[in-house]
Amino acid sequence: MVLIGAIGLFLLVQAIPSLALDNANFLFSREWSTGDVTNMRYGILDLFLVTVVSAAFALLIAMPVALGIALFLTQYAPRRLARPFAYVIDLLAAVPSIIFGLWGLFVLGPVLTPLGEWLISSLGFIPLFAKGNVSIALGGTIFTAGIVLAVMILPIITAVSREVFDRTPGPHIEGAIALGATKWEVVRTTVLPFGKAGYVSASMLGLGRALGETIALTIILSATGSSFGWSLFDGGATFASKIALAAPEFNDPKSAGAYIAAGLVLFVLTFVVNAAARTIVAGHKEYE
Amino acid sequence: MSTDTTDLTRLATPPTFQSVSGARKAKNLTATVLVSLAFAIAVIPLVWVLYTVLQRGFPVILNADWWQKSLSGLLSRQTGGGVYHAIYGTLVQGLVCGVISVPIGLFVAVYLVEYGGRSRLSKATTFMVDILTGVPSIVAALFVYSLWITTFGFGRSGFAVSLALVLLMVPVIVRTTEEMLKIVPDELREASYALGIPKWKTIVKIVIPTALSGILTGVMLALARVMGETAPVLVLAAYAPYINYNLFDGPMASLPLLMTSERNNPTDAGFDRIWGAAITLVLIITLFNLLATVISRWLAPKTK
Repeated sequence: MVLIGAIGLFLLVQAIPSLALDNANFLFSREWSTGDVTNMRYGILDLFLVTVVSAAFALLIAMPVALGIALFLTQYAPRRLARPFAYVIDLLAAVPSIIFGLWGLFVLGPVLTPLGEWLISSLGFIPLFAKGNVSIALGGTIFTAGIVLAVMILPIITAVSREVFDRTPGPHIEGAIALGATKWEVVRTTVLPFGKAGYVSASMLGLGRALGETIALTIILSATGSSFGWSLFDGGATFASKIALAAPEFNDPKSAGAYIAAGLVLFVLTFVVNAAARTIVAGHKEYE
Repeated sequence: MSTDTTDLTRLATPPTFQSVSGARKAKNLTATVLVSLAFAIAVIPLVWVLYTVLQRGFPVILNADWWQKSLSGLLSRQTGGGVYHAIYGTLVQGLVCGVISVPIGLFVAVYLVEYGGRSRLSKATTFMVDILTGVPSIVAALFVYSLWITTFGFGRSGFAVSLALVLLMVPVIVRTTEEMLKIVPDELREASYALGIPKWKTIVKIVIPTALSGILTGVMLALARVMGETAPVLVLAAYAPYINYNLFDGPMASLPLLMTSERNNPTDAGFDRIWGAAITLVLIITLFNLLATVISRWLAPKTK
């Protein structure tokens, strides 16, 4: 408990001297150059946008799928098979993220290239699907990264939603069945209303995880000089991947401080998301 | 008297059980299909990832050198060599982290379940543990960097990595231990008190042994989890292609670190090393997961 306060405090203390040396606006600048300690210019706007967009994209994919899986495991799957099936989904969480990263870059990226090209050519007029600032053939885009992230947060969202759905009171379900509801109607009228808050909070936990995911994104996202242009086919860097890329060069405390400042922002971001998720669950006594 | 014959066949009230309308049936079917499909979608990447790792890495690890040699003295394009230096690093960093985290996690969990009750301190602790679970690994690494390296002035070392891993492991252990202690039946505690045994002795001799198998399973799973963490080793340790037994000084390899540094090596040898290390890491993690299952079977309380 003391640790949490200590983490925030230490990052803050380490970041302040560097922030004072920052010659650009920390929150709204898109530059990032820390090589020259006497004239450091860095801002987090690009990092922030890439982080949020990739995490949101991942959440958009993962949420419906996770809902489906959780319903399948709790309501649809035969009782005897539900446990092994749940174990399979948990296995997904046991795979180290670096392996997901390598898989995303070397295997999934090339497979997604034709799909990406098709999206760009047919839906390119929407900024989200515009041609990005990195080569699509390499697959190092937010699009690929988001899909890999979605796979990685699936087990988290599923596990929490599953637990909540499992606690739907039996009488509710039996009542619905007695009224002649079909399976889907039972789910829609009892399980979903009961589990909605839990599902939302599970998704926020997944979002927190996606925001902080480091190494998979470091591997997948191609570096780019130009700034983020609101396209899913852009490259770039998130907070975490920027820090990880620069980590081997942490020699000067002042330039390291710039990255620590970025880490602090990431910490605050995930803290807020996680705290919100926990508060939602805590507000529902029936989940106890 | 003439009665209309049709009246006899018609029911006075509609039947209680009507057949389900087509639209409802269709909706039900669609939902079933979609829900099952979602599960199938989730299985695809799992199988795909494991297949990729196996197919690319398996030929590499069949060589006995892989397990017995390091990459010391080899050029980046030379094939051969092995990764035992990285395996050593991964295992030692993980184990040291475990040795530090297990007592902390255990004590916190015992406090929460046996002593805390509904007090404000225990509520705050639970909340903090929850938040700590969500702290990104890179933030934990940065925290240790700013504390251990810039504030205390130590160099980068394997031990710093262990410290960062502790931050990630403690909340997991607290959570699982807490769950396990909660399901120990109160009757056991009450029986022990009835015999006049003090509380601490009840916890040590009755409660913990009963929950031991679950706790150890949780520890093993947490260990498997932290061993695959890459961000802390990237920030807190420097890579070395040779073996370094000293946890407190000098560059030290680990499997994830080996993979990230070989990514700058565009040759076939580098490619082999990456996927070889990947499958080795997956094997180690699987081993720990299996160990967890075996322990839980072996130590599970005997029930009749």
